[in-house]
Amino acid sequence: MTPTISTFLYLIAGVCFIMALRGLSSAASARSGNLYGICGMVIAILTTLLTPAVAKYSGIIVAIGIGGVIGAYIARKIKMTALPQLVAAFHSLVGLAAVFVAAAALYNPSAFGIGVVDAIYTASLIEMSLGTIIGAITFSGSVIAFGKLQGLIAGKPLVFPKQHLLNASLGIGLVVLIVIFSLYQHHSLFWLMTVISLVLGVLLILPIGGADMPVVISMLNSYSGWAAAGIGFTLNNHLLLITGALVGASGAILSYIMCKGMNRSIINVILGGFGTDPATATAAAEASDKPVKLSSAEDAAYMMENARNVIIVPGYGMAVAQAQHALREMADILKSKGVKVRYAIHPVAGRMPGHMNVLLAEANVPYDSALELDEINSDFGSTDVAFVIGANDITNPAAKTNKASPIYGMPILDVERAQTVFFVKRSLASGYAGVDNELFYRDNTMMVLGDAKKVCEELVKALKGGH
Amino acid sequence: MDLHSVAQQTARLNGVIQEISGELNNIESSIRQAIAAQGSGSADPFVLGLMVFVLACFVGYYVVWKVTPALHSPLMAVTNAISSVIIVGALVAAGPAVLGISSTFGLLAVVLASINIFGGFIVTHRMLSMFSKKK
Repeated sequence: MTPTISTFLYLIAGVCFIMALRGLSSAASARSGNLYGICGMVIAILTTLLTPAVAKYSGIIVAIGIGGVIGAYIARKIKMTALPQLVAAFHSLVGLAAVFVAAAALYNPSAFGIGVVDAIYTASLIEMSLGTIIGAITFSGSVIAFGKLQGLIAGKPLVFPKQHLLNASLGIGLVVLIVIFSLYQHHSLFWLMTVISLVLGVLLILPIGGADMPVVISMLNSYSGWAAAGIGFTLNNHLLLITGALVGASGAILSYIMCKGMNRSIINVILGGFGTDPATATAAAEASDKPVKLSSAEDAAYMMENARNVIIVPGYGMAVAQAQHALREMADILKSKGVKVRYAIHPVAGRMPGHMNVLLAEANVPYDSALELDEINSDFGSTDVAFVIGANDITNPAAKTNKASPIYGMPILDVERAQTVFFVKRSLASGYAGVDNELFYRDNTMMVLGDAKKVCEELVKALKGGH
Repeated sequence: MDLHSVAQQTARLNGVIQEISGELNNIESSIRQAIAAQGSGSADPFVLGLMVFVLACFVGYYVVWKVTPALHSPLMAVTNAISSVIIVGALVAAGPAVLGISSTFGLLAVVLASINIFGGFIVTHRMLSMFSKKK
């Protein structure tokens, strides 16, 4: 296959990838979008296999077979609640693959047409370094993110003194290494660069806490794209450049949306250590002496079946308790009794962008009854019951009123404007941000303490028993 | 027509042919020169790549803003799958007939990228089929 034909086919593959993202603009076209993505990938792989650079197929076919079986097995078995850690794990693989491809190019540059061993073009060396550094950071960062999401590493932000100084000096060290490497191209420098980047990836993600995970995952998503683009520059492959740019842009936009959902700057999230201020922690402890109204599942069932409309506000607690199916059953019974039931989804609810939507979809909640913050927020004032399940900080009115609060300025769901608020929670502890939720002490708030799934099941029982 | 005039005509035609072929040679050499000049004046492949990259960033920006927030999880999964197009580089590295350090790295990268390709597209498919499921 001539370079002209293969470049043309790569262009077609690139267009397929753009169509794959375009398809996600609506649920109706999303599945055909995924097919476009698969077509693009098949074209890209076949085209590469038919170029003269690939002389032997046996090893490659075995490698694709091994990877394919592992990937397909994991993707079929994984539970939807474990989706965030799966995505993190997959990001790490892209990062590691980028490092390997860069290493391969270093040891056999002539295969990629970027010079010969120990005489690689300077530009290619710089591009190779960037691809490796971003790839290695993506890899180790994603491994840490996976550990935090899977519960292998404490979700609490890990901060230590001089952390930022250390990260900054590692960053400067990497820049110096790139310069020396592109001048002398010692292989040991390449590996030193890789190791430092791996350490930096760990240090960058460790201080970021559990509830900031939506931002972290989006950021790592973005990095994996930039790593692919870096390799694309090294190999001068336009398909890698196009795809890397698409993925990088996508992750960057998601990070921006998530940061906006928390009213925090991306810098603030990256620097980490949110909610560890001892002053706010003690303030929360003092406040919890205030009286709250405790209620039961039976009371909640009675109130909701006599309501005209109910808005359900799910959060990460629902995902942890796997309460989505029981919740949908409860909503179905309410609907059959003529109650209007809708769901309000905050952009940062859960551990990854769109997490709640996927879980609700898994439980067969109709696509159009899950509404975004902007769409539903004005309706809380005319709502009889707001049912908050497993969410906390995203409903805290302190974000609007208390300038001293760490979450001040974060857009919240105005559940307090509903006539009655039921708050399903395991305990009266404060949310992730370490901020006490003043909603608990309002006159119209009823606390239902217990596991989200158990409470929903009790509610279903109570609702059924009523007839 | 006598033999003499035929010979004369042939000689004249011969001259014309020589003239034309000389012209053709001139044209050919000037085309070669033009191609050579264009080659030396054309942009560095890096700049071409940068152009493609920057334009693709803009395409990505506009396409991703159109994605409905409810589908942000499938978006992550599918971008994850397509970023494994890095397999293209891995295949070239794994391609040479003789196994060496470079092609070993290449094969490892092929395995990793394949996990991602299969896993990413299947998980996206699973998610999307939940969204389009009818009640």
